[in-house]
Amino acid sequence: MAAVMQHAPIYEGTRIPSPAPTLLEVPEALGESEDILTVNFGPNHPSTHGVLRLVVELHGERVVGLRAVIGYLHTGFEKTIEQKTYWKAITYPARIDYLSFQANELVFVLAIEKLLEIDVPPKAQWMRTCLLELNRLHSHLVWLGTTGLELGAISMFWYTFRERDAILDLFEMLAGVRMHTRYFQAGGLADDIPPGFAEECRRFADRMPAAVDEYEAMLDRNQIFLERTKGIGLLSADDAIALGQSGPMLRASGADWDLRRDDPYLVYDQLDFNVPVYPGGDVYDRYRVHMDEMRESVRIIHQCLDGMPEGPWIADDRKVVLPPRDELHTSMESLIHHFKLVTEGYRVPEGEVYVAIESPRGEMGCYLVSDGGAKPWRVKFRAPSFVALQAGPTMIQGSLIADMIAIAASLDTVMGEVDR
Amino acid sequence: MDDAGVPGLLERREAHGETSLIVARDQLVEAATHLRDVEGFRFLADVAATDYLGWGEAGTAGYWGSTTGRDANSPGSWGLARLPETKPKRFSVSYHLLRLERGAPRLRLQVWCDDGERVPSVVGVWPTADWHEREAWDLMGISFEGHPNLERILLEDDWEGHPLRKDYPIGGEPVRFSEHD
Repeated sequence: MAAVMQHAPIYEGTRIPSPAPTLLEVPEALGESEDILTVNFGPNHPSTHGVLRLVVELHGERVVGLRAVIGYLHTGFEKTIEQKTYWKAITYPARIDYLSFQANELVFVLAIEKLLEIDVPPKAQWMRTCLLELNRLHSHLVWLGTTGLELGAISMFWYTFRERDAILDLFEMLAGVRMHTRYFQAGGLADDIPPGFAEECRRFADRMPAAVDEYEAMLDRNQIFLERTKGIGLLSADDAIALGQSGPMLRASGADWDLRRDDPYLVYDQLDFNVPVYPGGDVYDRYRVHMDEMRESVRIIHQCLDGMPEGPWIADDRKVVLPPRDELHTSMESLIHHFKLVTEGYRVPEGEVYVAIESPRGEMGCYLVSDGGAKPWRVKFRAPSFVALQAGPTMIQGSLIADMIAIAASLDTVMGEVDR
Repeated sequence: MDDAGVPGLLERREAHGETSLIVARDQLVEAATHLRDVEGFRFLADVAATDYLGWGEAGTAGYWGSTTGRDANSPGSWGLARLPETKPKRFSVSYHLLRLERGAPRLRLQVWCDDGERVPSVVGVWPTADWHEREAWDLMGISFEGHPNLERILLEDDWEGHPLRKDYPIGGEPVRFSEHD
């Protein structure tokens, strides 16, 4: 494969369990001994990032059997979205993953726009890119804080949440709410960028690299952190691809793959950024990918603020986009359009599309089927967390139970997204 | 891409810049293996099952209005401009494939089945299909032949019905641990 880096293999062969790739069964020789201890890990455990239950079979301190039980947070988002008009359904994808809400929102909006074949003005494209990178920072910060917490580096949490709060302040400035902003909609943005946002955002982006240095100073020479992450949870590039891994999981296994660069959407083809790739395939390399991505995100945010064009923030298509608020008092046509769009929604042409973007966790996909009506016929989200969790047994087999915590943390799963 | 060599190919469709290959259900595994090994689609991104029950009929979920309300299908009214294209069978299963190279070429491999018809499992071709197929079984009730562990994944093991089907009652799910349970 051209896209996979050539380097020394992490190990020979594959570690994907057989016959079921997501199930680790106790070897027969061990199964007869009475030393196997079955432990229920979760569903409520501080390190499960939500509600995950792992049924672990232990031989001494080694994990020899593993089964993941998910679905505790299943909310039926896909079924609910089928009952809503597109206009109203945009609020739902954000709630699937409460750390990368804007990425989820965007993938759904992009799918609608692909069917509508609507042109989005450049200002909206640049702003979306900027927010996506802020959101990536937000997600990585929570990941770093909670992962540190699970490995005993408790203070990390307070440091990362300091910066996370600054990002949420920026979102609040835009949308009035800190999470689940619903700032994107088919055709562009929900509202114009408020005055002062660029300055605040730049102030944040200026101080963020120093904060990343601070995190690294706390972890990179922390002997406990290094010993608990290096060489733990191995996943080779071939196994990662076979298991459908994406995002930081794939890049930490040595596969040079990022949809932002390899299949550019929004304005990523006009930006200058690097894709961090590490060949180790262990928990430590996943940490390094996350850290480098934060630095790259800051660079992208700077470029977005510099390159942000003037102009409209939403497409001028009155059949899809709400008319400007001030027109409602003077124009009957606008009032009718507003009423029809809010009550009835807009129609999306018949067809099926699959759109994928690089969310903080990897390939976030949206498969959208429309019958030509005002409600989606079928929406299916390709959740990167769901897929990442499938690689658990491959990485955890043979490891110590304490390492299982570190490995599960490195998957960067959000259980809301796993269960949808 | 040259699709002449794809086993069991029934139809090739191009729409919205995406390519769909519809293959015969009994030759799905051969087609999948061919696409992975010859065409280089090593990455299976997603498996999406869709129920088309009531497609093009008034009052079903995709339409505005209710069964007793307007006729959403009569052209020129509040309804659709035209009826949507008919589908060959009730369910489609779409496999979204990706080739890991610049430009990210994608392909949709699609099979069609009716209620009760089994689809061959592609876990042997792409191990990542394991949970995706379990999800399709759990929520859509599509049974995969040869799957190593086809159990419910998101819902409880004793759940009745498959909620993403169009004939699943909305708001009618049983209340757990109630006195009526």
